[in-house]
Amino acid sequence: MHQEADRNRCFRRRTLLLGGLQVALFAGLATRLWQLQVRDAATYQLLAENNRISQRLTVPPRGVIVDRRGRALAVNAPTYRVRVVREQAGDLRRVLEALAEIVPLDARRIEEVVQQARLHRPFVPITVREDLSWEEVARIAVRGPELPGILLDSGLLRQYPHGPVTAHVVGYVGPVAEHELARETDPLLKLPDFRIGKSGIERAYDRELRGRAGLWRVEVNAIGREIREIDRNDGEEGADLQLSIDLDLQAYCMNRLAEQEAAAAVVLEVSTGAVLALASVPTYDPGAFAGGLSAALWRQLADDPRHPLVNKCIRGQYPPGSTFKMITAMAALEAGLVTPTSEVYCPGFMSLGNARFHCWKQHGHGRIALVQALAQSCDVYFYELARRVGIDALAAMARRFGLGETLGIDLPGEKPGLMPDSRWKRERLKQAWQKGETLVCGIGQGFVSATPLQLAVMTARLCNGGRAVRPWIVRGPHAHVHEGKGVPAPPVGVARANLELVLKGMFEVVNGPRGTAKASALPIAGTFMGGKTGTSQVRRISKTERALGAHKRMDRPREERDHALFVAYAPHDRPRYAVAVVVEHGESGAKAAAPIARDIMVEALKLEPGTPPGRLDMAARR
Amino acid sequence: MVAGPLGAEQSPSPGEKLARLAWPLVALVVLLGLVGYALLYSAAGGSHTPWALRHGIRLVVMTVLAVAIAMVDIRQLFRFAYPIYGVLLILLLAVEIVGEINKGAKRWIDIGIVQLQPSELMKLALVLALARYFHAAYLEEVRRPLFLVPPVLMILVPVGLVLKQPDLGTAGMLAMVGTAMLFLGGTAVWKFAAAGALAGAALPVAWSQLHDYQRQRVFTFLDPEADPLGAGYHIIQSKIAIGSGGFWGRGYLQGSQAQLSFLPEKHTDFAFTMLAEETGFVGALAVLALVLTITLAGMTVALRSESHFARLLAAGVTCNFALYAIINVAMVSGLIPVVGVPMPLVSYGGTAMLTVMLGLGLVLNAQVNRDTVIPRFPADL
Repeated sequence: MHQEADRNRCFRRRTLLLGGLQVALFAGLATRLWQLQVRDAATYQLLAENNRISQRLTVPPRGVIVDRRGRALAVNAPTYRVRVVREQAGDLRRVLEALAEIVPLDARRIEEVVQQARLHRPFVPITVREDLSWEEVARIAVRGPELPGILLDSGLLRQYPHGPVTAHVVGYVGPVAEHELARETDPLLKLPDFRIGKSGIERAYDRELRGRAGLWRVEVNAIGREIREIDRNDGEEGADLQLSIDLDLQAYCMNRLAEQEAAAAVVLEVSTGAVLALASVPTYDPGAFAGGLSAALWRQLADDPRHPLVNKCIRGQYPPGSTFKMITAMAALEAGLVTPTSEVYCPGFMSLGNARFHCWKQHGHGRIALVQALAQSCDVYFYELARRVGIDALAAMARRFGLGETLGIDLPGEKPGLMPDSRWKRERLKQAWQKGETLVCGIGQGFVSATPLQLAVMTARLCNGGRAVRPWIVRGPHAHVHEGKGVPAPPVGVARANLELVLKGMFEVVNGPRGTAKASALPIAGTFMGGKTGTSQVRRISKTERALGAHKRMDRPREERDHALFVAYAPHDRPRYAVAVVVEHGESGAKAAAPIARDIMVEALKLEPGTPPGRLDMAARR
Repeated sequence: MVAGPLGAEQSPSPGEKLARLAWPLVALVVLLGLVGYALLYSAAGGSHTPWALRHGIRLVVMTVLAVAIAMVDIRQLFRFAYPIYGVLLILLLAVEIVGEINKGAKRWIDIGIVQLQPSELMKLALVLALARYFHAAYLEEVRRPLFLVPPVLMILVPVGLVLKQPDLGTAGMLAMVGTAMLFLGGTAVWKFAAAGALAGAALPVAWSQLHDYQRQRVFTFLDPEADPLGAGYHIIQSKIAIGSGGFWGRGYLQGSQAQLSFLPEKHTDFAFTMLAEETGFVGALAVLALVLTITLAGMTVALRSESHFARLLAAGVTCNFALYAIINVAMVSGLIPVVGVPMPLVSYGGTAMLTVMLGLGLVLNAQVNRDTVIPRFPADL
């Protein structure tokens, strides 16, 4: 019984305590109200009057994008627009209907604006119409006093002067999507017609290009009309970006590739990794995105089997074919498994177990050593090297030259390609590695795949004295990639003599009497190009097809034809530029890709050496 | 007192119950609801639509519901306390799973007429379950640390689920109501101090678990001026509106802040702000006094009840009601971060009103059943 009594006493005490606490808390709140409403009432009444001060966000002009010589790639063009502020308009619908009598405005648009205005704070101006003519601007200005809440201002519209030529690099802007709003708190994103970078540099550097919102305060009278501007904080303009891209070279590449159905070309400066051109065909017009794209056009672009929206330089993953042979050579040389003079006999095939691995030359190259094996692209020689090296050492060497992983270029969506090794196959395919697969990988077939950018970087690292450069596009203080800020690249860590031997082979490919690309030597006296052809199978050749010679016929359906590749550097004695060209289903590296690479190289060599200091064309700003 | 069988002699008839019902308490609650009606009329710029009329209809329906709940035999509430808690826990989990699938913060289940927000109703279910748990416990038992494990879990599991939704305000209220129940149940005071110290130590971990927007709210609270057009807008505008009301207010339908739409969400979480602007310190204080009176009336019901279950039930539900008001006013006057807790019966919104009115029903139930004895271990349960 006393337990019951104890508990009752405890409960009673604690209930009273809790009640007391509640009274105390309410007293605290009452004190707070006294502070706000009695003690500081005058201050807040003043502030409330100041609320007649209407605040507006000002949108900073988006940064301009220029090429390495200051030529405009993305600019802001003025456009006149009429906007409405809900808190000042009063009856929004009535005001818009009055406006419709002055400028063309259909009922559906009025409804849209009313809907949109509900979603935003009352002081946020909603764009009613863009791209007004001068006459329309004048008419609205004259009738202004009858239209409370209606604002006329000039906005900026993003334009790409070289549209399709730079589409994949520069990218485009578009309206802010729901998920982008959720990710960031920047008040700019909430503005009804704000545009955000959707692809390319516009997306990768969106924060830098965007700048920071300004705050503009104006005094408004009781019905919300502006009386005077009180102050104005312009925020921070978006940063201008200078790219490593050379507009002339880029345009040349796009032009030179234009006759191909689908192809990509990359030009790098070998000492820095600066990307001078990044061409991908087919392309599209980014200007069409700025003003909103019709659903039909979007579908057409997205469904095109040649993928015009995809930047094939960084997102196209192709078997590198024979362009991979430099890696196999470096792996064998570095491991000491081959010398410059050690020969391999090529009868046209190599047997492993009861499987036969064929050379592209049916009757074989006979006895052959490294330099000539590269020049003539002997498959059997590299099967043998790959067999000696083994897949894991081969993969390790490939990674040192930038294959099999993303290189961190400052563009969104870069693909890593694939450099398989025994662990990868065990983990991903749950299978043991087969010896035969090593041979196939040794000539850049099988599981191996690489992007054109990776092939260009590989070539640059081979010919720049073994520096592990990384590709970059934006230079200067805003650069995302370190090398874009002028920091030199670390060494790859291979012997110089071995690099020189491989380069000698690449020299012979183009300039030797038996080189696979001897038809594509530079037409410039005294200047030589090194390179390597690659013709990579899209599908396996069956025994019957080989016997019939069907695998070489041109009448195969397009999607079964081989990809044509070529990587090159020049000048041979003091390399400046590396080029990689991939022509999808182009049949032959020597015939389809090498001439393109040579022409691009000729054009690149016309550029003044080194990257010129930034000369910003400020006329491009507005 | 001897624990007898569940005798009919102790259960008053519905007529008796109606007669002894604390009608003044009902009247005070309805009065508060009517204040809400007048306010929502003003918030709509002097119109019954879209808010005031619906608010009024809900008020009438739910008052009847509250009285109906008061008629239920309190021993049935006792009996179904755990099942009710269990059902709500399942609903909470269901919302969590649905939200997981939809990849968004979904807090309610749409049952057609009302959007059922299980986390709101969980507050009442938690009070019911804890009241039942402590009903049989004498202080010696409560002092045993192991005895406290089940109730602490009963609190922490729903708090965790609601935090995941993520709904900081409701989770906080659940935790506070739960703590109040533990306190009333007789838990030693030093244990709260220890738990508080532990929670303080866990704060950095909790911070890392918060969503960006939740952290932003805390930052915004600490320095609202830093972002006057972004998240700080609500707090600044709310303080200006309250302060500019002054002593006598700007007059009904005359608040310039609210009427000129500078004030955000004036019909929901910031309803009290509008009240303070239009009716001034006098009006705001009057409403606070009304809320406090209702609170103290609830606590009195707790003190006068015979069974421990009824006492705990009435006190817990009343604490929940008081917490709504305290958090809301503290929030709109800039004392704590904006956590999205409405002013009971004044703010527009069905679920919160349902919770408050169901709670009123439970308090009234405890009040009419104040003499009903519930054995410590009822034989048929």
